[in-house]
Amino acid sequence: MSRLTHLAAVGLIAVVGCSLTACSGGANNTAAAPGTSASSSAAPVTITYNNFISNGGNEANLDKIVKAFESANPGIKVNVKTMAYADYFTALQTDIVANTTADVFDIEYANYKAYQANGVLAPLKGVDTSVYPANLADAYATDGTQYALPSSFSNVVLFYNKDLFDKAGVSYPTADWTWADEKAAAEKLTDQAAGVWGDYQPISYYEFYKAVAQSGGNLLSADGKSTAFNNQAGIDAATWLTEKAGTVMPTAAQGAGTPDFDSKLFADGKLAMWHTGIWMFGTLGDVPFNWDIAVEPGNTQHASAMFSNALAVSANSKNKEAAQKWAQFMSSSDVMVSTRLAAGWELPPVADESKLQPYLTAGKPANRQAVFDSLKGVALAPSIGEGQTQMQDIITDQLTEAAAGRASVKDAVAAAAQKVDALLG
Amino acid sequence: MGIRSASPSRRSAMPAGPHPQRRRRRATSAKARYALTVLAFLAPSAVPLAYFTIYPMFSALWVSFHQWNLLSPMRWVGLDNYVMLLHDPTTQRAFVNTLTYIVGYLPLVYIGGLGLALALNAAIPFRNFLRGVYFLPVVTSWIVVALVWRWLLNPSVGIVNYVLSLVGITGPGWWTDPAWAMPSIIIASAWKDLGFVMVILLAGLQAIPADLYEAAHLDGAGWWGRLRHVTLPMLSPSTFFVVVISLINGFQVFDQVYAMTGGGPAGASTVVVQRVYDMTFRYAQAGAASALSWMLFLVILAITVVQLVGQRKWVNYA
Repeated sequence: MSRLTHLAAVGLIAVVGCSLTACSGGANNTAAAPGTSASSSAAPVTITYNNFISNGGNEANLDKIVKAFESANPGIKVNVKTMAYADYFTALQTDIVANTTADVFDIEYANYKAYQANGVLAPLKGVDTSVYPANLADAYATDGTQYALPSSFSNVVLFYNKDLFDKAGVSYPTADWTWADEKAAAEKLTDQAAGVWGDYQPISYYEFYKAVAQSGGNLLSADGKSTAFNNQAGIDAATWLTEKAGTVMPTAAQGAGTPDFDSKLFADGKLAMWHTGIWMFGTLGDVPFNWDIAVEPGNTQHASAMFSNALAVSANSKNKEAAQKWAQFMSSSDVMVSTRLAAGWELPPVADESKLQPYLTAGKPANRQAVFDSLKGVALAPSIGEGQTQMQDIITDQLTEAAAGRASVKDAVAAAAQKVDALLG
Repeated sequence: MGIRSASPSRRSAMPAGPHPQRRRRRATSAKARYALTVLAFLAPSAVPLAYFTIYPMFSALWVSFHQWNLLSPMRWVGLDNYVMLLHDPTTQRAFVNTLTYIVGYLPLVYIGGLGLALALNAAIPFRNFLRGVYFLPVVTSWIVVALVWRWLLNPSVGIVNYVLSLVGITGPGWWTDPAWAMPSIIIASAWKDLGFVMVILLAGLQAIPADLYEAAHLDGAGWWGRLRHVTLPMLSPSTFFVVVISLINGFQVFDQVYAMTGGGPAGASTVVVQRVYDMTFRYAQAGAASALSWMLFLVILAITVVQLVGQRKWVNYA
């Protein structure tokens, strides 16, 4: 009997202990605070940094930058926590609710507006934004105040398999190509009997807003309060994306849209042209065929999708000064630039393009200049705040319907516009 | 509870020995110690239950009367979330999809599980081995099962459509086709849960006394007659348990939907819990999501109560 009571007590203690440790994760942040509120720089400060950008292979590279920062700033220690992109924003949201956000954390452009509008981000004072490309710095400023600093950027280009082009006797894509050229080439390159497809472009919101811009239109009106794609530009864009399925591109029923389907198809040498991001360079290192990239063709004009990540300082941080120092270091230091370029990590956001020279000759693909040429016409992703994901889902769903032939392109575009307008209402 | 707490006083009212006071005190302290021991044993499950289930449930009720994007402070909106959900076509569709799932899943898993239980209750070779094999999917992670079924039901390279093509049937688009997405999920779910239903019914079958079958046999009942008039009535408590549990699980279906179709294509397989997830973590509508959780809870509660009341009519506790 007494032994059983003992056991039960141990169990009880274990349970209570568990719930206590769960709480103490949050308590740590505040525990660091007292020592740092003093203005003197003598006391060492520990700041926390939550990120997803180093996840999946660049952890050691981030560590290198952290070490360089710590030796340049002996009074500051950086505690890094890395999470997978898929879990990151759920975790961040939970942290915000529980008031346990890290001092510095990653965000991306698409959700910047929602966080800024809700007071999650601390305004950054006295930042020299001239070191960043102007459009990138502006993307994270609201009413003239900087709320985050770009940490990297990447864009989407047209990848192509040179061997398949040679075999079909089609000339390689150039920066002058339009949709019509791409379509004609894709039709010639497609050989369904051999399992070879001419083209692959995801049927999704991300491709759509860009395709609308490539047709000379805009997804949203200038004030962002209503849609602007229920017109010829929108229909052209939706037609461009959806008509490929089943003709020059595999359909959803054939596996399109499932994770890694397209990258595997390209790596297997069964895909001639592929619209995807420059982050794929690294994984295509050892494919047994020749490939290169070109600026994405446009319809009436060039417009490239650009994605960027940024570093924000928490509005609740007890060490804003030290946090901002780290955010600036991580977004603009030479160590960061050289580490990113050497590793083939996403591009560092520097205004001084001469610093990016090593990137141009860093290996395959040969035409890395196309990455920078693409930046001359950028279609910035619309950011509408809280309804962002809902808008993206609505547009992707309607495009999926049109691609599967369950709705006409015209009806799908109209339905998407009507639903997004209701959301923006 | 009432009866038990009354017992010490009743005992003290009895003609007592030389030291009634002392005896009572000893009794109470023994009782208190007993209660403490019970509590200590309950604590490992009761404390997490209270802290991680009951407390969040009621805080979700509180949240459901607010508008909350998880970023800014909550704003009181009264019953607005409930009213909005009742008129929201996407939510209505999610309820319809969930009901479709249950209507397809429940008969399939019950009849399949009953068939398996009957087969594996008979004296066949490798009986224990087969019981283990059929139970394996139950203890397998849904993510693994969903990925395997996605592959089996792949419209172009899946083995199911390949086999169908051998007999001249062009297989459907399965989870890529809105009309077939829910049937795909139902098939995978029924397959995974067959073993669970089988085990419960198997236990029920083994509790049926053999003399009942003997008597039925002597009365001239055939296989069907014995199934209809002995097995099924005697199995009704197990059936009731299976139906209650399966209905509750059915209303809460999520993992397989999330992993197999993500609610697609174009919302064709979005179920209620998927909608709760989307609204909370993707659409910044935690208030409405909490309201939907409570609506789902009330639906499940109502259906379970109806079943508990209705069971008197058909469940036969021998």
